[in-house]
Amino acid sequence: MKNVGVIAEKEITSYLATPMAYVVTAIFLGLSGTFFATYLLGTDYSDTSLRGFLGAGQILILLFAVLLTMRLIAEEKKLGTWELLLTAPITEAELVLGKFFASLAVLSGMLVLTFYYPLLLRVFGDPDWGPIVTGYLGLFLLGGACLAVGIFASTLSANQIVAAVAAGGLLFGLWFLGIAGDAVPGGLGALLAYLSLSSHFPDFMRGIVDTKAVLYYLSVTALFLYMAIRSIEMARWR
Amino acid sequence: MIRVTNLTKFYGKRLAVDDISFEVGKGEIVGFLGPNAAGKSTTMRLLTGYLLPSRGEIEVAGCDMIGNSLEGRRQIGYLPEIAPLYLDMTMRAYLLYVARLRGLERRKAKSRLDEVVAACMLEEYLESSLGKLSKGFRQRVGLAQAIIHDPPVLILDEPTVGIDPIQVAQTRRLIRELGKDRTILLSTHILPEVSTICERVVIINAGRIVAQDRIEHLSSVLNGVRRLRINVQGPPERVSERLKQTDGVQAVSYEKPFHIVAYPADQQPQAKIMEAMARDGWTLLAMESIELSLEDIFLQLTAGERGGK
Repeated sequence: MKNVGVIAEKEITSYLATPMAYVVTAIFLGLSGTFFATYLLGTDYSDTSLRGFLGAGQILILLFAVLLTMRLIAEEKKLGTWELLLTAPITEAELVLGKFFASLAVLSGMLVLTFYYPLLLRVFGDPDWGPIVTGYLGLFLLGGACLAVGIFASTLSANQIVAAVAAGGLLFGLWFLGIAGDAVPGGLGALLAYLSLSSHFPDFMRGIVDTKAVLYYLSVTALFLYMAIRSIEMARWR
Repeated sequence: MIRVTNLTKFYGKRLAVDDISFEVGKGEIVGFLGPNAAGKSTTMRLLTGYLLPSRGEIEVAGCDMIGNSLEGRRQIGYLPEIAPLYLDMTMRAYLLYVARLRGLERRKAKSRLDEVVAACMLEEYLESSLGKLSKGFRQRVGLAQAIIHDPPVLILDEPTVGIDPIQVAQTRRLIRELGKDRTILLSTHILPEVSTICERVVIINAGRIVAQDRIEHLSSVLNGVRRLRINVQGPPERVSERLKQTDGVQAVSYEKPFHIVAYPADQQPQAKIMEAMARDGWTLLAMESIELSLEDIFLQLTAGERGGK
């Protein structure tokens, strides 16, 4: 576990040392703030909730998870530092987890920076805190799952763009399983809907924490982190 | 310290390393020699655990590098072909990170950092961003990261490639210095490098070991024979015949349009060759001596295996 910390610390430092994280955060705040505000304007301030932010935030999280993770492993391969990491006495799992927690920390930082939205609501109105808290929990869980998918995609190539496209494809594919699920009748449709990234978020927006949904996000996260680890191990046999 | 047994590596269907076996004893500095794409880097990547072999066994410092290589990796300092640097980090931050990756505690990492930076003469640039350093300094930082955890075994993939001649000399001196209490396997395709640094060489070509011996033995093989490249206007087979009969000539081969003549270093057959050609009325267009290149060494070393072709 010490090694996870060493890697996470290095990754967080390099996130903060390059413009990428700042640009990504600025754009995230700009976009999510716009959705937050336009929703309030649209309801003429009658609904003092985060619905605007959360509704758009779930899609934004998808995109920004891709941006945060695409370079994590692909760039190491390109620079040749991948050889340094894979010949150091650390396991593939420690490597992947270190990178995952670093990206999760940055994503959480981005979410923390949006806390002024509910603060504004509190100052100018009387928001219902339940959906706000569960909404953030939902974004965090969804974000973790998206980062795991992004890290897996980043193991597939030495090219960041390829990694980003692969991650985007996987995430949107998982997202639109929900729509496919609606179209297919019966048990198969229900299964597809359950497997979809998009079907679990509405509950969180309504203030409901469904164990099944939490379990779903955690399973997706674990599955893709495991696939990332296996993908790195298999490349040694290449 | 390093024992490789029947090591084979396929990339897909392409055979990169073909059933090689060799050993490097404790404290030895061994040169791993071969032309480009001979399988040097692949072998080193297998030794360090970066890649896993298709077949065979690898033991480094008593550790199996295939089943569970974590312990073995602690014993190895590895400089890959391209120095594995994060170009946006400062040298200090980078070396500390590598030290921590290789399992040193923070305090120990700091004290090792000072030692290593002094040994590699890098003090001046400790706070510089690695991206701003010249190729030679990057290579030295590459060496520094390889020794930061004070490993008993060093595996260096072309440590002097791409750096200027003065720095090459310094780097070689540094490697010799490091070799005093370490086992080193270093790859190169530069012949003089081997003779200045290494005690023994393993020569690999097309994935196979073609020779392994102490430098003295090898250089007597290599230096005992000189060669000439001759271009003669005449029927190649009869020219070959005539050349073979000339005094002082050891062997003749024909590589269109040249005849290659090998002769012992203590002989001077040039004048006799000119006479012989003139006697048969063949025009001698060119005659030059061939510097020993690595390719020539392979030709010589593999000549026996090819059944006298």
